[in-house]
Amino acid sequence: MSATLVSPKAFVSEYPTWCPGCGDFGVLNALRSAAARLGLQPHQIVVVSGIGCSGKINSYFNSYGLHTLHGRSLPVAQGVKLANPELTVIASGGDGDGYGIGAGHFMHAVRRNVDITYIVMDNQVYGLTKGQTSPTSPTGFVSPTTPQGSADGPVRPLRVALANECSWIAQGFSGNIRQLTELMVQAISHKGFSLLNVQSPCVTWRPTILENGEKVGVYEWFKKHLHNLEEDPDYDPTSKAAAYAKLLEHGDLVTGVLYRDERPSFREHLKGYTDRPMADLATKPDNEALEGLAAQFR
Amino acid sequence: MRTELVWKVGGQQGSGIEKPGSVFLDACSRLGYYTFGYRHFMSRIMGGHTNYQVRVSHRPVFAMGDCTDVLVIDREGAQEAIDMNLPEMAPDGVIVADAGMEAALPESSSIQLLKVPFHDIAAEIGGDLYWNMVAMGASCAVTGLDRQAFRDLVQATFGRKGEKVVQANYEAIDRGYRYVLDHFGTFSHLQIAPVREPKRRLTMEGDNAAAFGALAGGCRFLAAYPITPASMIMEWMAREVPKFGGVVVQAEDEISAILMAIGANYAGARGMTSTSGPGFSLMQEALGLSGLTETPVVIVNVQRGGPATGLPTKPEQGDINEMVYGSHGEIPRVVLAPGTYDECFYDTAAAFNLADTHQCPVIVAMDLTLGMGKGTVESLDWNRVRIDRGKLLDAQSLTQLGAPYQRFEETEDGISPRVLPGTPGGVHLNTADEHDFVGRITESQDTRRRIHDKRLRKVQQVDFPGVALRGDLPADLLLVGMGSVTGPMWEAADRLNTKGARVAVCQIRRVWPFPVEEFTAALAGAKVALVCEHNATGQLAHLIRAQCGGDLLPGLRKYDGDPFRPAEVVQRAEEVLADVRNARIA
Repeated sequence: MSATLVSPKAFVSEYPTWCPGCGDFGVLNALRSAAARLGLQPHQIVVVSGIGCSGKINSYFNSYGLHTLHGRSLPVAQGVKLANPELTVIASGGDGDGYGIGAGHFMHAVRRNVDITYIVMDNQVYGLTKGQTSPTSPTGFVSPTTPQGSADGPVRPLRVALANECSWIAQGFSGNIRQLTELMVQAISHKGFSLLNVQSPCVTWRPTILENGEKVGVYEWFKKHLHNLEEDPDYDPTSKAAAYAKLLEHGDLVTGVLYRDERPSFREHLKGYTDRPMADLATKPDNEALEGLAAQFR
Repeated sequence: MRTELVWKVGGQQGSGIEKPGSVFLDACSRLGYYTFGYRHFMSRIMGGHTNYQVRVSHRPVFAMGDCTDVLVIDREGAQEAIDMNLPEMAPDGVIVADAGMEAALPESSSIQLLKVPFHDIAAEIGGDLYWNMVAMGASCAVTGLDRQAFRDLVQATFGRKGEKVVQANYEAIDRGYRYVLDHFGTFSHLQIAPVREPKRRLTMEGDNAAAFGALAGGCRFLAAYPITPASMIMEWMAREVPKFGGVVVQAEDEISAILMAIGANYAGARGMTSTSGPGFSLMQEALGLSGLTETPVVIVNVQRGGPATGLPTKPEQGDINEMVYGSHGEIPRVVLAPGTYDECFYDTAAAFNLADTHQCPVIVAMDLTLGMGKGTVESLDWNRVRIDRGKLLDAQSLTQLGAPYQRFEETEDGISPRVLPGTPGGVHLNTADEHDFVGRITESQDTRRRIHDKRLRKVQQVDFPGVALRGDLPADLLLVGMGSVTGPMWEAADRLNTKGARVAVCQIRRVWPFPVEEFTAALAGAKVALVCEHNATGQLAHLIRAQCGGDLLPGLRKYDGDPFRPAEVVQRAEEVLADVRNARIA
């Protein structure tokens, strides 16, 4: 693969309909840069997305795209990858999509360890349906569906992934595209399931965060609170205990690679499984093979 | 001598009753008889009554026997086995029971009870498990079946375990056989004539036949969730598909299962999922995804008793409405209904061609009796399986298009050429939002109308037979049904016609798009019709009325968890025929 052939512009299709200032612009730009840096061509990538503002990403990213159902990007993406291991498969969605309605698929995709990358644009709010509480909204979050403040505790996706031994876990921030691009390159290169949770602020429905009785701008708040693991030379991302300690220490507000291991991906456990596109196998077995199969019924 | 016999083994669930049942069936198949097996069981691992009925005949049989001639019962749960099965016993039937059982027959019963010390003999031979083979030997003595077929099966099954195990099994067969002859003599009225020049046919469960058909039809991807009565499909494919480069994924639920199959089809594989009612309900949303994104997918739905968890181990055809109408919104789809084991094979293979050519979901509608039942398949013709991947463009044909590629191009037949991801020059978006002909999200009223019409007209012409007729038209009565009800209808028609009636059978082979012309033509050839179906509300009859017009046809509806028996079809058919005669006289 040559890293110089493709420009990020090759992955530009339409101009997004996201609100100006939306964190998802940062995710889109980082993904275009990462794809270019990996030397990928648009036809080699499939972006499978869920529903929500984040799900629109494949309308704006020039590659094969499959925009599916709310919460269902992961099973579809796994099916795509299993049917054609030559494709680079990226699943994407938001916190409502992936950690709410699709949470069951998330946990099982983590443990199945199919070689896909899952990019979640986490903004702690439902955007496209206009500002309701999401699974990652903090307790007490006031919204049209929780006028008295949300009673639920938030889902902690990084901890869920770690508990199920996700083979690659990182968090990025839309306000740091340089780091986000680097994380995407690593996530896509990882052989196995990689989770990249991105703090991708919603400037329309969650423009500020209340801190000590004062409203702080959402970007400013994240910049202030996010702890970059890369700045800690002693941090060992191959230690589950160290990873969990960091999450507890910083209330999950970390960026960088949290955890990685090299356990075998799904396909490495299988015997006989093709490494070619399965489209080539969609044929009738020869008569000898069919007779061999029929013999068990005689 | 007889040319037909119904044998059954019953006992307590969890004691391995299905094993002697399938051994008996396989041995009879090896002897050249036609067979039909059905297992009655409950949704629990241990306890409760279970039985396995095997019908053995010189001619093809397509249904359970109306009554049982020979019943073998184990020591555990003997009284329940007697109580459950006595009503089904032929008046001159025989029960072969373990000598250690404490159960008894009612004094008035005409049934003969033979007590054979299955377990004592087994213990003498060296292990309790041998009782199965003692019972097989005893069954041979009662029915005159050739013990050699059982010995051959033992050799085939236990040969790997060594000569000692094989010899012990032989001894078990012989001791059971001799015990019956020495203590009870022969039963001339139960002797079944041997088949001259026996032919080795196939003996298959519908689930296995469907799984085999899928593999033969190019399917290399299955994602599914275990569920009775469809699990056998998954288990067979998990064993065989990797030998052909494929993969079987056990999904976390049926939502994921169908979505993985859709993803695999999108990427170019032939992929499917297999399930039963509860799982099929979970798949409804994804059916719409396949429909709107025009992505092929095959779903095998082995129906069981519903609703909710319902009757997990009992047959029903209660999902007809859901298969035909299910999922919000409107999508093109095809629903096929095999009625025999060989049709399970051919139809599932054909389903992949239909899914690829029409780019929509194709549902293979089976039911528990068909899926888990087991019977003779005369032969399978590999030439009848062909592969048609439909309109598919590769990189070279894309360069020759002369215009930008449109994934959802507006064509006359509604079918637009597909490009698989990975193909240079064909990059496009496909979205489950309504979209334009290129694939971009749209809310344009004009585009919506046109692209919705385009999708729906894709199934105007479906290359698959709509009905299968058996018998001559014109007839007095047309029996109408699908799936596992087909066999009982055929047998009922044969019996009635032997008595001078004029009865034909119309099997619905393609439930959707409903074959209006073919069905209407068949109906016109009969004075009256009777729709036999496995549900309470007459879903098939109502579908016929909605599609073909006219009055709701008379029905025979069964929803008590028991498979259709030919005798009950005969009985209802005679009532309907009498009504016709009386109406004529009046």
